[in-house]
Amino acid sequence: MDKIVDKEKVKGLFADDQRLMIGGFIECGSPHKLIDLLLESGVRNLTLIGNDTGFDDQKAGQLVVEKRLSRVIASHIGTNKETGRQMNSGDLEVELVPQGTLVEQIRAGGAGLGGVLTPTGIGTPVADDSRIIEVEGREYLLAKPLRADLALIKAWKADSAGNLLYRHAARNFNPVMAMACDRVVVEAEEIVPAGEIDPNQVVTPGIFVDYILQNGEEE
Amino acid sequence: MSEIRERIARRIAQELEDGDLVNLGIGMPTMVADYIPDNVRVIFQSENGFVGMGPRPPKGEEDPDLVNAGSEPVTIKTGGAFFDSATSFAIIRGGHLDATVLGALQVDQQGNLANWKIPGKLVPGMGGAMDLTVGARRVIVATTHTTRKDQSKILPECTLPLTAKGEVDLIVTEMAVFRVTDQGLLLEEIAEDSSLEEIKEKTAANFSLAEELKTFV
Repeated sequence: MDKIVDKEKVKGLFADDQRLMIGGFIECGSPHKLIDLLLESGVRNLTLIGNDTGFDDQKAGQLVVEKRLSRVIASHIGTNKETGRQMNSGDLEVELVPQGTLVEQIRAGGAGLGGVLTPTGIGTPVADDSRIIEVEGREYLLAKPLRADLALIKAWKADSAGNLLYRHAARNFNPVMAMACDRVVVEAEEIVPAGEIDPNQVVTPGIFVDYILQNGEEE
Repeated sequence: MSEIRERIARRIAQELEDGDLVNLGIGMPTMVADYIPDNVRVIFQSENGFVGMGPRPPKGEEDPDLVNAGSEPVTIKTGGAFFDSATSFAIIRGGHLDATVLGALQVDQQGNLANWKIPGKLVPGMGGAMDLTVGARRVIVATTHTTRKDQSKILPECTLPLTAKGEVDLIVTEMAVFRVTDQGLLLEEIAEDSSLEEIKEKTAANFSLAEELKTFV
């Protein structure tokens, strides 16, 4: 199967009410081109699972600013004032999760696990709605697995088989999310023929990846 | 204000030991990196996915793919490494982090910390703070002694939603250094321009005095 697709194919993957995981850490490693296409496609009522909601004046934050989301699961929303505003007005449901718990919930979703036990959040409001399980004398919260319909991933280099490399701190949530969604769309800065990325160096194996879009200038 | 922040950062820098792996929170804690003595090698972790974090690059050499958890441009030192967020928080929770330095809205005499939410006002989220507080071997709080309205930030018991329970080890303010012990707070050091009287007046929490009270600059 040829995984390299064009913009129109990507836009056809989006639908109202979808649950999306979007990689990135406050815009670093966010798939800005895919977010552009998501905005252009006009879909609404989305659930976003991600570390944060970006900056309100930059790309990843626009999904909130343009009111495309009905629910957010994230660890931090402080860099996007619009998220707080919509949360307080009741237009947006926001679930805040400790960052290390969030990434493990996503990992569990991709790894076929029934959740993970974390000491993070014990004795805080985060524990209020969680099951507490004691293991060898220490209390842990049960963090349930998270999955989504679609992952939007930013890679540095992809080969035609979907193997991915990331650059610097732009890796963050991307490789974990690529395992936890029914379909995975990658925006790559560079696409090379299969075989050009050394299998020893691959970070995300191509079997996780369904579609790759070149993020550079128009072909 | 910047003088106060520098003093707190400078004092906390003395707490770090050669070979420590350390995560600095956003804001005042980030300044601690500027005061590490030359003979102490500390490796800094950035929870967005690397160890070996170095200072801000010269103007014009910033790289959008190389930023700290506060989105500021940084560098990576020789020997550093990048990884994903799952590995990053395995480092944090898994006992691999020697120390973390975090800011506070409130901290109390049981070692409880509140720094992520003011209900009805400010809800930025906890980000990585809950994992850092629970996971790091030593939790050092960097905070001004009082709020802008001159209310003590060091309390008998936090009233804001907690970040973590009983995890704080050391509290450093512009006036004092408190150690959190099983018996409560122990005042160990007084800033050279402060006094025991002033600290008593501006601290809502109960504390006892170390046998040998030191002065810090």
